[in-house]
Amino acid sequence: MFLRPTTLYDATRALAAGGQVLAGGTDFFPALGSCPANGTIIDVSRISELRGIRVAPDHVRIGGATTWSEIASAPLPRCLNALRSAAREVGAVQVQNRGTIAGNLCNASPAADGVPPLLILNAEVELASADGRRRLPLREFLVGNRKTQRRPDEILSAVILPSNLSDAPSVFLKLGARRYLVISISMVAALLSRDRDGLVGTARIAVGACSATAQRLTELERDLAGQPLGRELGSIAAPRHLAPLSPIDDVRATAAYRRDATLTLIRRALHSCAEALA
Amino acid sequence: MSAPSIMDQHTVARLTFVVNGREVWISSPPAARLSKVLREDLGLTGTKVGCDAGDCGACTVLIDGTPVCSCLVAASQADGCQITTVEGLKHRAPVFDRLQKCFLARGAAQCGICTPGMLVTATALLERNPAPTETEVMDALGGVLCRCTGYRKIISAVLAANGVGDPPASPPAGSAVGQRLVRLDGQRKAEGTEIFGADETPAKALLLRAIRSPYHHARFSFEDIGSYLAAHPGVKAVFCAQDVPGRNCFGVIPPFADQPVFAQHEARFRGEAVAAVVGEEEVIERLDLSKFPVTWEERTALTTIEESLAAGASLVHANRPDNVLVRGRVVRGDVDQALACADAVVEGEYETSFVEHACIEPEAGFARPVGDGIEVQACTQSPYMDRADLAAILDIPPERVRIIPTAVGGGFGSKLDLSVQPFVAVAARHLNQPVKMIYSRVESIMSTTKRHPARIRARAGATRDGKLVAMDLAADFNTGAYASWGPTVAARVPVHGSGPYVVPHYRALTRAIHTHLVPAGAFRGFGVPQCTIAQEQLYDDLADRVGMDRLEFRILNALSDDSLTVTGQVLGEGVGIRQCFEALRPRWTAARAEAAAFNLAATIPFRRGAGVAGMWYGCGSTSLPNPSTIRIGLKRDGRIVLHQGAVDIGQGSNTIIAQICADALGAPFAQFDLLSGDTAISPDCGKTSASRQTFVTGKAAYLAGRALRKRLLEIAGACDRATLTFQPGRVVAMESGESHAVDLSVLPLDHNGYVLTAETTFDPPTTPLDENGQGNPYAVYGFGAHLAEVEVDTELGTVRVLRITAAHDVGQAINPTLIEGQVEGGVAQGLGMALMEEFTPGKGENLHDYLIPTIGDIPHVETILIEKPSSVGPFGAKGVGEQAVIPTAPAILNAIHDAIGIRLRKVPATPDRIRAAILAARRSEGPHAG
Repeated sequence: MFLRPTTLYDATRALAAGGQVLAGGTDFFPALGSCPANGTIIDVSRISELRGIRVAPDHVRIGGATTWSEIASAPLPRCLNALRSAAREVGAVQVQNRGTIAGNLCNASPAADGVPPLLILNAEVELASADGRRRLPLREFLVGNRKTQRRPDEILSAVILPSNLSDAPSVFLKLGARRYLVISISMVAALLSRDRDGLVGTARIAVGACSATAQRLTELERDLAGQPLGRELGSIAAPRHLAPLSPIDDVRATAAYRRDATLTLIRRALHSCAEALA
Repeated sequence: MSAPSIMDQHTVARLTFVVNGREVWISSPPAARLSKVLREDLGLTGTKVGCDAGDCGACTVLIDGTPVCSCLVAASQADGCQITTVEGLKHRAPVFDRLQKCFLARGAAQCGICTPGMLVTATALLERNPAPTETEVMDALGGVLCRCTGYRKIISAVLAANGVGDPPASPPAGSAVGQRLVRLDGQRKAEGTEIFGADETPAKALLLRAIRSPYHHARFSFEDIGSYLAAHPGVKAVFCAQDVPGRNCFGVIPPFADQPVFAQHEARFRGEAVAAVVGEEEVIERLDLSKFPVTWEERTALTTIEESLAAGASLVHANRPDNVLVRGRVVRGDVDQALACADAVVEGEYETSFVEHACIEPEAGFARPVGDGIEVQACTQSPYMDRADLAAILDIPPERVRIIPTAVGGGFGSKLDLSVQPFVAVAARHLNQPVKMIYSRVESIMSTTKRHPARIRARAGATRDGKLVAMDLAADFNTGAYASWGPTVAARVPVHGSGPYVVPHYRALTRAIHTHLVPAGAFRGFGVPQCTIAQEQLYDDLADRVGMDRLEFRILNALSDDSLTVTGQVLGEGVGIRQCFEALRPRWTAARAEAAAFNLAATIPFRRGAGVAGMWYGCGSTSLPNPSTIRIGLKRDGRIVLHQGAVDIGQGSNTIIAQICADALGAPFAQFDLLSGDTAISPDCGKTSASRQTFVTGKAAYLAGRALRKRLLEIAGACDRATLTFQPGRVVAMESGESHAVDLSVLPLDHNGYVLTAETTFDPPTTPLDENGQGNPYAVYGFGAHLAEVEVDTELGTVRVLRITAAHDVGQAINPTLIEGQVEGGVAQGLGMALMEEFTPGKGENLHDYLIPTIGDIPHVETILIEKPSSVGPFGAKGVGEQAVIPTAPAILNAIHDAIGIRLRKVPATPDRIRAAILAARRSEGPHAG
């Protein structure tokens, strides 16, 4: 069965009977290898309510089937700069033109480029099923390597970003062994705000590709709050702050390198946020 | 509420597209990849499939003007959309028309397999942004991989698409050599009409897929094949070792042939084929091959040189003691004594990795029974070798095997060995029906040959005034489970291990060691790139030790026409290595000064450096016959047919051989019609490898051109000063204002169907090497030197190559554009080898874990061509194909050392290795070091 619903309602009803969701296809087809697709496939790419970005006063809502190219070219608040940078680093143009934000999250690769920039925005995901909709924080949605809280009958219909820090600068740094079309060895997203005294107000740091799911470094965030926004800000980041990470040795790099390089990326990301605030 | 529209993917969906401006209605499984539908249902084979995973971009098409990988789109997702493929770009003129001309004029298409993806993507860019910057071009094309060109000519073509003139007109008679002529096969590549291995299949061809070992080493037995066939009605047949009619064994070097078509009882590497299933395409595609009735019994696998050499190690092949396939040896003088007396001695150990060719075209082809013989059409670098092996496998005479080589979508050595050919040939012969096979990317990476991993120990000594006195080198190569080209690597490396320098006392001992890994074979340079990584880093250390400038040290020691090589050969002419180094001097001086200034001004973490490395490489087979035969025929209409049997794998032999032949004959280049390396049509021009086609086949073409000229002049009664004019029905020889005509209409046709035929063979003059490797292994060497400038991020261990300056002595540049293409492509592969390319069997059998450089990784390359002719070659020309890749990696490694003072002795120098080396150096310098 190959279904092409045009409304989310129809899609969720169809999915209730079982099937695989297909959107941009950038993870769906590689997973097939040389075999043709089997079973029920529900193509959600024609559902207009899953597409597009809406900027409301207190939040930004990104439809699940919005592509990375659409995110990269949308006018968005400053706090989404990291997300837009990440959008330009997902694969290359061909993949950005098809790949969707919901697909990136539901595929739940440890190296998903979209996750760290969304974690620093305290993103929530909206899951729709025939039973209705529910929301949960992205950090709870992602539970492991290729594992999420999505029930088989649910479609990730939107990502919701609270924009209480919409003017805060954010940065995304991706480290790979080549330019373009590269899976991250490590990546860091950072967001900083300035308080009334000119010190760090809120600091948010997330690291990807160094654990089964990307992690916020909350201890570091606490240590940064209230610090002066100078050149030395980065030096606050210390190896102990990486405790939430559990990098592995793989074809891309050693675990030891990932820890070491991540610290450098964090320092650089903080530096560049601090410069943007200066 | 509206019911979702439902389609049954196992039957078909009726879809409507506007493809290239034309509305088409097709029936297709709705979830079929769009790439498959375009190629198979609509016959638009210009869209190439390189990976089926979005990793290579070869299948890029425009959907409603937007570039996408068509392998990642379900056909029904494109229902109602406008689709543009490379074949339709001409309807989007004038952007494409200009772009296509620029691609051809600037040599932006080599093998042509990525060209459709590049053109489609670039067209989308130019429609949106008519005057892009270089960065914008890179951002736009970053999703399309190219393995041949090194991308620079592609960037240049896209940047030039707005406003360049037409490509140069065809030159008059006698002036083709040295011209930047557009490649003869370029138009097809730029239009997407070139036929590669997977692009043509006879009607009713069955599909074959191989059952491959999931283990490095395993015993296996089949369960009940009869029941399997009964349970799978669409599967026509299963083949295994017992179905091979002749010898279940092949290999590129007959005395070492050891690789079975299908393994018997024991699989010696992960990916080795043990059986094949054949049937209707729709059935075979849906088979879950992991359910094939075979029982595996995993055995201990030897995966490293150390394990295979360990005392008591089991044998990969019972008849090869100590797991040594072959040894190589070149010894001259008294190395131990000379090193003991040298003023300065340095030593080092170096290690390199498996490198994957990563041709963007996976291996593909078909076989069909014809009469009492068989035709095999596939991508190959060596049609006549394929013919000989297939004849033995099928147990029929070679004359009954016809090899029709398709265009080759990247070769680099990997398509010298058989891949799909024996499987489809055996199956087609049994079933008396055409059978096709197309490797998946995974299958291609896991089962085809690789560059040999090397472990090299070397010592070198010099006098205090910088004269090299001795070098001692021992190199072991992991040759994998079967011989392939292991013997060639073991033989070539000792000859080349000195580098292009005078080294009076020399000892180089090599071994090719079997392991239970994918066979290592031929890859651009046959082991010389690996040993040059060791030797050129070692010589840098030696220059430092004696306190000499690293470039001047090389110039001082460079070979000259009359010096002795380490095999005792005096080349006598055509030794242009000193000129190559000297050509780098201005940039070397500037680069070092610029790096020093940068490092003084910059704060940590960025450090810049410059490095240089030299190279020599013998053209043709090592001390073995490797003749080429060229046939040219003159037709009654005055056109000349060139039987050009040298397979053009993108490097340009179709064009270069014709340029040489044209000038030797004295006919205009445009007068030639080209025939391919089809074994039924063209004589044997040998394999496309060892940088031999310009040199060996080119010389055969030169001789054939001269022979035909001589005959024409004889008939006309003119002397060699005469100029020839080719017209329909006659050839006119003009001499001192007097014309002598040859009336072609009255000459009888010979058995080739021509009024005149010339067929000549050239085999380069070499001598055998004695037990110490002394002799003349090659008639001609190519020389070159690269200068790399790099920036190292010392905190992350990443390296950005800023610029490469490459000087190559090519004897005579037959076609400078094509030579630059070889150099830039070689630089890209060398950069990949230095910084990112490492294949670990069993891990990352795809193009997102195995990384090759993208368009964003390759710096500006300045090519300097040195022409020190060697009279053996045609018009003095030498090969450049492999030469180009050899010096890049050591130059980059030397530049990294210059930048940060650390030697990277294991390649690739990945960010984690560089960073670990930096941290280790800091630790050893103690706590106070900076």
